[in-house]
Amino acid sequence: MAVLIIDYGMSNLGSIRRAIEECGGDVIVSDNPQSLKSAERIILPGVGTFSDGMKNLKNRGWISILTEEVINNNIPLLGICLGMQLLADKGDEGGESEGLGFIQGEIKKFQPILKEERIPHIGWNEVHKLNSSKLLEGIPDKSDFYFVHSYFFQTKNEENIIAWTPYCGKFSSIINSGNIYGVQFHPEKSIPAGFSLLKNFLNL
Amino acid sequence: MLKKRIIPTLLLKNECLVKGIAFNSWRRIGTILPAIKVYNARQVDELIVVDIMATEENREPDYEEIASFSAECFVPLTVGGGVKNIEMVKKLLRAGADKVAINSAIFKNPKLISQVKKTFGSQCIVASIDARKVNNNYECFFNRGKKATGIKVADCVKELERLGAGEILLTSIEKDGTFQGYDIELIKQVTDIVSIPVIASGGAGNYNHMYEAIAKGNASAVAASSIFHFTQQTPLEAKKYLSLMGICVRKYLD
Repeated sequence: MAVLIIDYGMSNLGSIRRAIEECGGDVIVSDNPQSLKSAERIILPGVGTFSDGMKNLKNRGWISILTEEVINNNIPLLGICLGMQLLADKGDEGGESEGLGFIQGEIKKFQPILKEERIPHIGWNEVHKLNSSKLLEGIPDKSDFYFVHSYFFQTKNEENIIAWTPYCGKFSSIINSGNIYGVQFHPEKSIPAGFSLLKNFLNL
Repeated sequence: MLKKRIIPTLLLKNECLVKGIAFNSWRRIGTILPAIKVYNARQVDELIVVDIMATEENREPDYEEIASFSAECFVPLTVGGGVKNIEMVKKLLRAGADKVAINSAIFKNPKLISQVKKTFGSQCIVASIDARKVNNNYECFFNRGKKATGIKVADCVKELERLGAGEILLTSIEKDGTFQGYDIELIKQVTDIVSIPVIASGGAGNYNHMYEAIAKGNASAVAASSIFHFTQQTPLEAKKYLSLMGICVRKYLD
């Protein structure tokens, strides 16, 4: 299975590459958008701010080919952390900017309700299943995954939410529309459940 | 619910895993990579690796070495030691660090935190503060506790939060390596001031010390080193203890 990890200068690529390899994928990390054409699975990782992420995708020529492969050719895409957030219509981290618009919604900053809800949301938290999905097959409900973020994806439609996580109320931690998936946590850093999830993505 | 974390700290000196007492008398206790593999297999919540000589020897982090650690580490990894500028942060993140700990540069290059925030986001910045009591006030030190800044911890952490630090790693120099328990007063002072997560560090000698740092100090996480290197106590047993005491910790999966 040829898994392409998009290198747009925003990521901890080493750990994602190793995790996918451990899960049995043949990884290509590429900074060349043309390489998307031979991919069977695409991973959009990301650490950083929304506006810089979109700027880098744009300036490095990823957007039109990514849209072609994911929307027209139905190649499965997994966005991780910032990579998930970039799937939205827009975000305002680092100044308001447009997102990829693959899944309807906006990126919002957490507003703490309780004093102990410190921001960023850093650490292990539960992922509660809402709508069934192959991505969570074999993974117990409320498994812990590792999060590190200050913004979250507010989906327009509830049917796009596969799972939610309790923090500042609750937020969408896994979203999906057709062949497009996004996870707010880091599966590559969440052994063992995270590796089960990555394997499920490879086996979709 | 967000779980309280237990984070083993691995100190690196001349490619060896070491541990000292009160930032002094370093003992060599092995090599880092096997330790990372073991912690990984035991599903620890997170790991911190710090090259304690990089700043003093005025050299860059060893990115290849970090990449080899990260390749074996499938839990979150914070890397520190010798981080002076944004280019180094970028290289560490690319080598596989999830978060970068910044200590001396807080005082030498105060713009760094806001620069990193702007490019990579607050979530990858761990501001590492080494504190010691001076005339009844906690003050910040750097260069492995050797250089005094005269800056009060309370003022410093407030400023770090404003600049965009994502977490504070708060180490008591006096308690470090002593097994006498965390400095609860120090931790409480900082958690009361900032609204970002605080990792308590320095002094853990038993599981109840960890409980106190969390329950009384309001720490989001406890870092520990000597207790895991020199005693039979383990992160997993620590979690069992904390769980019995009513603290929410991550479940271990077989």
